[in-house]
Amino acid sequence: MKKLLIKELYYHHCGPVNLQINAGDCVAVSGVSGSGKSLLLRALADLDEHRGSISLDDILMTDLPAPEWRKKVALLPAESQWWFDTLGEHFPATDNEMIHYFGFPDNVMSWSVSRLSSGEKQRFALLRLLLNKPDVLLLDEPTANLDNTNTLLFEKLIEDYIKVNSACVIWVSHDAQQLSRICNVHYQIENGQLLRQ
Amino acid sequence: MFIPLTAFDLSMAAVLVLLLALSSWRMQLNITQQLVIAAIRTTVQLLLIGLVLKTVFTHVDIFWVTVICLVMLSVAGWEILSRQHRKLKGWWGFGVSTGSLFVSSFFITVLALMTIIQADPWYHPQYAIPLLGMLLGNTMTGIALGMDRLVQTAWQQRSSIEQRLMLGQTGHQAINEIRKESMRAGMIPIINSMAAAGIVSLPGMMTGQILAGAPPVEAVKYQILIMFLITAGTGFGVISVLWFISRRLFDNRHRLRFDQLLKTVHSK
Repeated sequence: MKKLLIKELYYHHCGPVNLQINAGDCVAVSGVSGSGKSLLLRALADLDEHRGSISLDDILMTDLPAPEWRKKVALLPAESQWWFDTLGEHFPATDNEMIHYFGFPDNVMSWSVSRLSSGEKQRFALLRLLLNKPDVLLLDEPTANLDNTNTLLFEKLIEDYIKVNSACVIWVSHDAQQLSRICNVHYQIENGQLLRQ
Repeated sequence: MFIPLTAFDLSMAAVLVLLLALSSWRMQLNITQQLVIAAIRTTVQLLLIGLVLKTVFTHVDIFWVTVICLVMLSVAGWEILSRQHRKLKGWWGFGVSTGSLFVSSFFITVLALMTIIQADPWYHPQYAIPLLGMLLGNTMTGIALGMDRLVQTAWQQRSSIEQRLMLGQTGHQAINEIRKESMRAGMIPIINSMAAAGIVSLPGMMTGQILAGAPPVEAVKYQILIMFLITAGTGFGVISVLWFISRRLFDNRHRLRFDQLLKTVHSK
């Protein structure tokens, strides 16, 4: 079973954070801008320095090489980055089923990144991330650039992924409706503390 | 045939520089002061080094040769550092630039002196000091360019680098393209000058030897030797500096650590 256990986590000016997330959980984290939501996700992905213990299935973060950890505990940032010219170069393998899910044509991998809209980039960023088959998804305002139809498709994809892979998700968003739609546990960050709603 | 220059000959050339300074002052081009100071510096520094070399050449002593070489090495290391927009904090910056000059220029000079030139003794200052000087001067440029490119590009593309880390790439993989590009940036000057040598440009050292009366083919052979040494020195120097800095930019958890860098105002 996938279980993310966070004990006495201090990062930046926030903490202590204690949290247990079980397989199948979708945890909502909300809070005002600058309250430390994104920083929490960065700490969980081991991108920033932090104190305290974080473990996945009783394996401590520090016992795994950082790249291995980040493949299991995967962060989708609010704005995705692309460093090669074409989309395909960013994908080690292509999954046609996934491409068709969002309604893209077969030749999409030969598209140049510069012609993608930010919403398209965001959907491809998710597909790219899911290729690593992560156990935990850390989503930072993932649908901010998507229209309604695609937002719902995006949510459905995450829900299915959780079910099929018994994964778990931390979903950071300002959209209270969205959070109540998909998340079963709700937290708010206030003054560096994680408060259960 | 060797024609020595008199003080009068040099003043003729100095008058040209003065004329340039004067016209740039009249045209308000804001370069007069720097120009005059640089001209004075070059005169004083070169006359001084001429006197030093004269003394060292008459007393061949490994101690003094070593002292002069170490001074040259650290000044070159300092010079690399002062050309960086962002440098490593503390002594790391100086250590990395001087260390890479050491493994490239210094090591290659010693190797060339002992196995190729084989003067008697091998550290004879007449060979050791000019050779090291030429290598330092050229590898310094390559190393400074490569180092600056790596750090600047990594800074500009820090979001991409972090995105790659998020996808489970190691620090090494995440900065791979930038490292290749920086290697190119560091090597381009010497590759260009090798390609242009003899057709577009007559390299300075060879020209100097010919002016001093050496047979052209002998001068050419020395020039080829120097070119190869500079290429090897620059290449190994840039490789080591890139390796070192790209390791320093990440910690053992493969996090991008720009707090290791210090932003400085560009002085040149």
